[in-house]
Amino acid sequence: MNDNPLIALFGYFALLSLFAVGGANAAIPEMHRIAVEVMHWMNDRQFADSFAIAQLSPGPNVIIVTLIGYHVAGLAGAAVATVAMCGPTCLLSFFAARTWDRFKDAPWRIAIQAGLVPVSLGLIAASAFVLARAADKNIYAGVVTAVTVAVVSFTRVNPLWLFAAGGVLGLSGWL
Amino acid sequence: MPETTISPPSPPGMPSLSELFISFIIVSVSGFGGALPWARRMIVEQKRWMTTEEFNEAFALAQFLPGPNVVNFSVVFGSRFGGAAGAAVALAGLMGPPLVIVTVLAMLYAQFGELEILGRILSGITAAAAGLLIAVVGKMALPLFTKRWTWAPVIAILAFAGVAIMRWPLPWVFAVLAPVAVAIAWFKPAAKTAN
Repeated sequence: MNDNPLIALFGYFALLSLFAVGGANAAIPEMHRIAVEVMHWMNDRQFADSFAIAQLSPGPNVIIVTLIGYHVAGLAGAAVATVAMCGPTCLLSFFAARTWDRFKDAPWRIAIQAGLVPVSLGLIAASAFVLARAADKNIYAGVVTAVTVAVVSFTRVNPLWLFAAGGVLGLSGWL
Repeated sequence: MPETTISPPSPPGMPSLSELFISFIIVSVSGFGGALPWARRMIVEQKRWMTTEEFNEAFALAQFLPGPNVVNFSVVFGSRFGGAAGAAVALAGLMGPPLVIVTVLAMLYAQFGELEILGRILSGITAAAAGLLIAVVGKMALPLFTKRWTWAPVIAILAFAGVAIMRWPLPWVFAVLAPVAVAIAWFKPAAKTAN
């Protein structure tokens, strides 16, 4: 246990980010373990609420770490947790992208790329499936999803219109 | 959108830093239920900074690296078009607005402890967001499934089934399938997306 919560926040999230293969959603169980069970920063209910608030906000789902940081140490905690979660992997991404582009024609690079793309597509498809299964709790929600698939696939309508329609239906209590 | 729908030969206009910044702000504030569909819409369909294949490759790299995928992607994309400054600007555009929004939401929650109405609206938006992601995955996968069938679609289907149907943990599926797929690509280079 560390005296300064900012140092603990930074250490845990920096470490977690480097092991978070598969993105923020794959890291949620580990965040829960650290925040609730190991460090006792928050209880189960508070963690679930943080998750819900992060979902309410647009943008990357990783934003939940901002809320955990905020809960632990206010605005400073929010800043520290966010920087710790994104900083190390962003630096890594930056140098990886540089290396990647430098070896554009190297056979090993082409093989890795050709192998990773289908794995990546399959995993994105899986997250779409999981999201749909969680969102479509009844037939009306399923219809909203299906209509969105059709409209986005076959027209150039801005999907925000569909989000707006979904939001209105949700507010009215249909979904 | 009154754009011609003929598939683009992608004249890669280099985005300026301010254009990168504003684009990623738009991506992040639109990105309920995930920012990936909005990033692809912006980059491939609207600005045509990348082709479908280039986007898939850049996103696969971002996903392969540890950490949040879309955040990594903003850095990979920004650095390709604007070096370190481009990466910083894309990242700031992606993270800035959600940081402000989520902090305000947290304060409201601390004040009122009740976000039930927002939650109801969100459940409707999420149903649409799931549809958007499904449609975007379809567009991303199109080149993989319309070219001559090789091992690649099989790998994609296995990755999907492992996580979505079998519910195995994503990192494990990744750790097993990625080396297999790279090995096949290494020994069967002809099968890599020949164009």
